[in-house]
Amino acid sequence: MSAQEGLALGRAYASEPGDPRRRQRFTLGKWLLPLYCVLAFVFLLIPIVYTIAFSFNTQTGKSNISWSGFTLANWTGVCDQQDVCAAFGTSLLIGAIATVAATVLGTMIAIALVRYRFPFRSAVSLLIFLPMATPEVVMGAGLAAQFLSAGIPKGIGTIIIAHTLFCLSFVVVTVKARAASLDPALEEAGRDLYGSPFAVFSRITLPLLLPGIMAAALLSFSLSFDDFIITYFNSGTVQTFPTYIYISAQRGIPAQANVIASAVFVIAIAIVVISQLVTQSRRRRLTSARP
Amino acid sequence: MAIAAFAGNATAVDATPRRRSWVALFLLLPGLLYLVLFFIVPLVSLIITSLESQGLDGSFAYGFVVSNYTDSVSTFATQIWRSFGFALIATVIALLFSYPLAYFIGVTARRWPLLQSFMLILVIAPFFISFLLRTLAWKTILSDNGPVVTALQGLSLMGPQGHITGEPIAVVFGLTYNFIPFMCLPLYTTLERLDLRYLEASSDLYASGWATFRKVTIPLSLPGIVSGTLLTFIPAAGDYVNASQDFLGGTSSTMIGNVIQSNFLVQQNYPAAAALSIVLMFVILVIVSVYVRRSGTEDLL
Repeated sequence: MSAQEGLALGRAYASEPGDPRRRQRFTLGKWLLPLYCVLAFVFLLIPIVYTIAFSFNTQTGKSNISWSGFTLANWTGVCDQQDVCAAFGTSLLIGAIATVAATVLGTMIAIALVRYRFPFRSAVSLLIFLPMATPEVVMGAGLAAQFLSAGIPKGIGTIIIAHTLFCLSFVVVTVKARAASLDPALEEAGRDLYGSPFAVFSRITLPLLLPGIMAAALLSFSLSFDDFIITYFNSGTVQTFPTYIYISAQRGIPAQANVIASAVFVIAIAIVVISQLVTQSRRRRLTSARP
Repeated sequence: MAIAAFAGNATAVDATPRRRSWVALFLLLPGLLYLVLFFIVPLVSLIITSLESQGLDGSFAYGFVVSNYTDSVSTFATQIWRSFGFALIATVIALLFSYPLAYFIGVTARRWPLLQSFMLILVIAPFFISFLLRTLAWKTILSDNGPVVTALQGLSLMGPQGHITGEPIAVVFGLTYNFIPFMCLPLYTTLERLDLRYLEASSDLYASGWATFRKVTIPLSLPGIVSGTLLTFIPAAGDYVNASQDFLGGTSSTMIGNVIQSNFLVQQNYPAAAALSIVLMFVILVIVSVYVRRSGTEDLL
């Protein structure tokens, strides 16, 4: 029996509202599930709270493992540890360039996939899907082997190439989802009104795609900023924030690293919360404007 | 939530594209060229590297040395099996952990959109704090003097010499924790669209809660389960941070990623590292295609 038939039958033989079985299940689920979720969230947040808390720790030795008193010194003197700050700066630079490159290239592909017909369509889709199904270590080793055989020295450039690569597919998927939900009639209307292809794109397509593009850029930046595995294969002597932490893990991470991670966390959460509130208020406005 | 879009959102059914023009070529060419140049070509050069022969002076030359594969696979068979075993366990635990959570956010909390987005932000919150730092945080919490070991020893659930860090259990734990958001988001995106009238119909037909869950809820959320398990399994199998000895791993928990990394970056035995990478990639592709075909969700890709 298909689900549709089941639905129809279900309506026809609707049970009494006072079915005791149903009431019991309802109360059990009512308390168990929320309780579980609260515990699950606590579990998910433990290392985050830990990392933020230890950004306020008075650092005694090289490592920042045992609690020895509250201080703001790490926050006021983030760049006392020059390595941390330099690595952070490098990560920001790489993240910015890779995000712009991946967002531009990925958005173009996404628009083509949704709006145009072209041969070898499934091969193109496969080419975009494959990087997402490839373990990072394989991608990192592959790029490193290529740079090695081509004699390209590792550095910021090779890291940017690698980051653009793994962000690209995620941009395509994110923007494509947005582009597919757009009504092609809007663009047709633009063309019917004698809009040039450029005008149609810049006045209609791009503004409508913008939320998707922004989301893709945000995702790219956070993927790039936090990437370690691929970066480590292609960084040479350049240190990004994650490679700095990996290398320092043996001798102890300075509290300044926690400060930077915490600050990035707070900013990222703020961006997400604000964009969420904007979306919801816009949705509310749109629904209330409807007759 | 926009970030959920990367979780293989299955709704995006293409509006039949009608036009065919040079514009498509212009749009596609730069990106595809980039993918060919920096994804396909590296894979090919990885295959070439994997077949290189080593001269007496230690340098590598072009060759067709298939024994690179057989040697490295037989030498590191334990690590290969362990990687897939760890990844499988972590994926199953992450699924069991995430499903109720995603169900609550996507179904139960539907009436309260604000609460729903608040909880989604909590789920993705770990993304925004450094992956390495949160793994190191777990290392300290689970360390021998940390609260977990102390408590377990206090309850006599663990011997005085017991460890968590450095043991396989810590690595599996780390893998599970780190990839929970990847599991949760796709589950949420399918459960959020679950039509509750099907569940009502099922219980109206006197199906028990369990039967409804098994026969209605799970099949309807299958696309989310498939993409969630893939998004967890693939990176978990290739991960080498959690199993690294400076993080949660020890000598008895080395994974294939660690072997590839040390062969490539430390011992500079490029053919062995390349051969193992190709093996890892090949096995994952086989698993993915079989899994996706068997669960009947090909359109997901």
